[in-house]
Amino acid sequence: MGRALALIIWILTLGSVSLFFVKQWWFPTAISSHAAALDRQFLITIIVVGISFTAAQAGLGYMVWKYRERPANDRAVYTHGSNRLEVIWTIVTAVIFIGLAVMGQSVWASLHFTKAPAGSFQVEVVAQQFQWNFHYAGHDGVFGRTDPSLIDDSALNFIGLDETDPNAKDDQTHSVIAVPVNRPVELILRSKDVIHNFWVPQLRFKQDLVPGMAIRVHFTANQTGKFELACAELCGQLHFKMKSYMLVLPEAEHQALMALPQDQFQSRITELLAKYPLPTY
Amino acid sequence: MATTVTGTKPLIKSGFGGGPKGRRPNGNGSPKRNGHRDAFFDARSAANRYRIGMWVAMASILMLFTGLSSAYIVRAASANDWQALRMPRILLLSTALIIVSSITLELARRKLKSGEQGAHKSLLVLTTLLGLGFLGSQLFAWKELARQGIYISSNPHSSFFYLLTATHGLHLLGGLAGLGFLTLRSRLKANDELAAVKRQAQTDAVSLYWHFMDVLWIYLFFLLFFWRQV
Amino acid sequence: MSDETHEAVHRHEAPTSFIRKYIFSLDHKVIGIQYIILALVAVIVGMTMSLLMRMNLSWPGTNWPILATLFPGGAPGGVINPEFYLSLVTMHGTIMVFFVLTTAPQGGFGNYFLPIQIGAEDMAFPVLNMLSFWVTFVGFIVILSAIFFSGSASTIGPIGGWTGYAPLSALGQIAGPGQGMGMNLWIISIAIFCVGSLLGALNFITTLLNMRTRGMSLMRMPLTCWAWFTTAVLALLSFPVLLGGGILLLLDRVAGTSFFIPGGLYVSGILSGTTPSFPIHTGGSPILWQHLFWFFGHPEVYIAILPGMGATSHILSTFARKPVFGYRAMVFAIFAIGLLGFFVWGHHMFISGMSPYSAMTFSILTLSIGVPSAVKTFNWLGTLWGARIRFTTPMLFALGFVSLFVAGGITGLVLGQTSLDLPMHDTYFVLAHFHLVMGVASIFGMFAATYFWFPKMFGRFMNDTLGRIHFWITFVGVYCIFVPMHVMGLVGMPRRYAQFTEYTFLSRLHPLVVFVSIVAIITVLTQFLFYFNLIWSIFKGKKAGANPWDATTLEWTTASPPPHDNFAGVLPVVYRGPYEFAVPGAPNDFVMQTEPETEAERVGGNGHNGHRH
Repeated sequence: MGRALALIIWILTLGSVSLFFVKQWWFPTAISSHAAALDRQFLITIIVVGISFTAAQAGLGYMVWKYRERPANDRAVYTHGSNRLEVIWTIVTAVIFIGLAVMGQSVWASLHFTKAPAGSFQVEVVAQQFQWNFHYAGHDGVFGRTDPSLIDDSALNFIGLDETDPNAKDDQTHSVIAVPVNRPVELILRSKDVIHNFWVPQLRFKQDLVPGMAIRVHFTANQTGKFELACAELCGQLHFKMKSYMLVLPEAEHQALMALPQDQFQSRITELLAKYPLPTY
Repeated sequence: MATTVTGTKPLIKSGFGGGPKGRRPNGNGSPKRNGHRDAFFDARSAANRYRIGMWVAMASILMLFTGLSSAYIVRAASANDWQALRMPRILLLSTALIIVSSITLELARRKLKSGEQGAHKSLLVLTTLLGLGFLGSQLFAWKELARQGIYISSNPHSSFFYLLTATHGLHLLGGLAGLGFLTLRSRLKANDELAAVKRQAQTDAVSLYWHFMDVLWIYLFFLLFFWRQV
Repeated sequence: MSDETHEAVHRHEAPTSFIRKYIFSLDHKVIGIQYIILALVAVIVGMTMSLLMRMNLSWPGTNWPILATLFPGGAPGGVINPEFYLSLVTMHGTIMVFFVLTTAPQGGFGNYFLPIQIGAEDMAFPVLNMLSFWVTFVGFIVILSAIFFSGSASTIGPIGGWTGYAPLSALGQIAGPGQGMGMNLWIISIAIFCVGSLLGALNFITTLLNMRTRGMSLMRMPLTCWAWFTTAVLALLSFPVLLGGGILLLLDRVAGTSFFIPGGLYVSGILSGTTPSFPIHTGGSPILWQHLFWFFGHPEVYIAILPGMGATSHILSTFARKPVFGYRAMVFAIFAIGLLGFFVWGHHMFISGMSPYSAMTFSILTLSIGVPSAVKTFNWLGTLWGARIRFTTPMLFALGFVSLFVAGGITGLVLGQTSLDLPMHDTYFVLAHFHLVMGVASIFGMFAATYFWFPKMFGRFMNDTLGRIHFWITFVGVYCIFVPMHVMGLVGMPRRYAQFTEYTFLSRLHPLVVFVSIVAIITVLTQFLFYFNLIWSIFKGKKAGANPWDATTLEWTTASPPPHDNFAGVLPVVYRGPYEFAVPGAPNDFVMQTEPETEAERVGGNGHNGHRH
């Protein structure tokens, strides 16, 4: 029984570790500038996790194998423990675990403790059940005023844009987010109803969109293409269908797009969605 | 102090990683409790559990009000829709009533200790009346606000006012039940030492709770009307 | 009331009427069994829901005619619809966390064995104990009714996940299916459950502090008692905060307050304040709910797992025939886990929009909690070192607990880091992590406890062969279910999705999803072996004596099952620590706690042992 259990524990350990090792199922290739550091931190952590996991399970299997009761053997070792061992393993694990926590802060800090650089491309994100709305400032670079009381679904004014505001004249809205490549992007995240979450797996970050708050995040995408955008916070019945796309465009193509008035803007985005394929997974 | 040695070590070892130290058998951690099956010590221990239980219960109630208070503070700071209520003057009466009731209950407790049954009983009744008066006065404050058209949903401050006073009031009802229980008991005679010990413990527990309700109200009163809002 | 001694004696006479004996019983043993039965019923409901979810995820759109009959609203035409799926998610989580993982380990086994292990004849407040069970029971009825009386034909229960994030949970019917009466009942049920747990926790703490028998000093208590005590403290301090939050949430729903609902919301085509069905709200803070919820929610994780840790330590030592390695370190670790557990709730909220500076603090505290957890693991391995392991069924499950606790806990190192949480949050990686450690490991602790204490509770053994089959399939099964979920999380599979067909990047996971579902079905079916074994053994199991496992603690000094007052009128006296196995020079390889000290111990040994009568 002891040997069978040891073998099963070892086999399960091997299986679990190899599932991570073969990388058959892994993160999609990252496209944001902070992702390299994050992926490195993940790799370090998962190696520490893998080693500790394997060591603990191997040790457990060893104990189970070696110290199974055999006929007519003597009593177990009589001990109540060892101070030295307790101190050693407490200190060693504390150093490793807290070290990891401290190391993990640098990517966090780069995302959250710095403001978006000047000249970032700004997009206002207004989420609702179960649809994404992206509000672009147009070529003047200034967002028109919005007000929830101006929301008019029948006129497709989902964000409550004030048409009388001069700054709103050139603003565009769309359910697809289009950002320039290699230029910092700042998102201003809002929600009209419940909590949603902005998530493009390739960007390696998530951020809640909380009603009543305007949360700012920034990132730089470093590859062009079309990527799936998902909602990652339960928002109701059709949560699983709250899908859209993120287009990362070359600077020139993006600038041309942003200069278009709303109606041409719409059709151009449709063209671009067809032009760029999804990454192959 | 490595103790991972087999063989001829003494039966029980000590040390940080070591097993439990041998110690004098002493239930409840009290070395005095030697007469283990002695009925008196059993009863005293049984009586003690009212006090212990009350402290534990108060810790839990304190956490409820801590949770609500932190919600209050966060909510007050989170938006600019906060409109401070004008304190209903009747709350000063409430406060006075509950403070006096605490004093009378403390006196009742001491009378029981010194064996003055009659005084004990009448002070208990007085405390109960004062407690009822407090609740009445709180209800009056509600009516006063309602007359001004201020209801629970009117603004965040009124929401918290109704919520906190109601929650405190419900807990105070528990205290009144305890007082009623003591008053009923005080009609009976405690004809031996054991019963007296038990009754004293019950009285201690109820008065502990009542004082707690008193202090809690004063705290809530200050939080609601004297804590500086944004 | 005048004569105390009469009253005391009276209390310990066994009641004779059926109702007083088995229904409204004051006996902690009966109440413990009632809690266990409640958990056994609740876990069937929860497991069935998880199977329905797996079926929907791996074979989307399939017609299951039986579902059309059972849930005409949730599965019209036999196809599970998204709102039905989400209400299953919500109910599965709520029922499992509250009515299984909080009731069986603490209310069930704690109730039954804490008084016996400390040598008391009952709990400190038997009436309160009875109340706490029946209040919990009412809570269970209310949560079940939330499934059936949600007030909307198209859904069968609340939708919000077990975390019920506001404002989705606060807005009411307007926010879509699953937000009507079912959600009110969900909140009320949790509030009732809080009250029941608080009564229980009060009783546990008072009992442990007040009713230990002579010689049962704190450091001579079995580790199970330390675990139940710490769990009770956690429940005592965390449930009131959830209760407070629940009251606020309910008021937002029914009284028009704005604790969690901000202003200017535009929901389902209606602006706040423009119709009576959607009254005006201003200024509420959705994040406040998350703080209140997780202040409770994180300690709740330890409420679920600590009793399992206690039982595992206890059972490992018994069947390793060896004292627990580092008893004191184990006690400190339990306390450290409990204490730190109160200061890490923010790690559930890294992506919520809360202050990024406090996120850093929460992250470091979170990884610190791994230290006492690792210390416990090391000490379990230390206990096995040099042992003479008897592979009984309870021992297999206890060893399984250690393996699963490591497997599930260690990924906390990933999730606890602020930056790594960014891609991992709310994916199947999180799901795998907490199911392994809080769900499966805790349940393994309870399986171990059941097989271990069953002979004491019913005077008969559970069938060993069935027990072993149960162990092997379940142990391999849960690894095969939850380890693949980690890599699903790496790919980016989000939680609480009714279907994954919408996203191209998830399509390559489909074989894995199907594999997990098939293993899950096998594993769940295997659990019925356990149920069968349980019932069969009560009547037909091999008879067991007072101390069938050669164990040392007080529950094994009394008859199986114990008499009404536990020790037949004579409370035991304790002379030594709880895990005196393999003592050199002793006649047997175990020395019971009630064994008086020998002359040699009293004179020789060390100074600590000197004791005179």
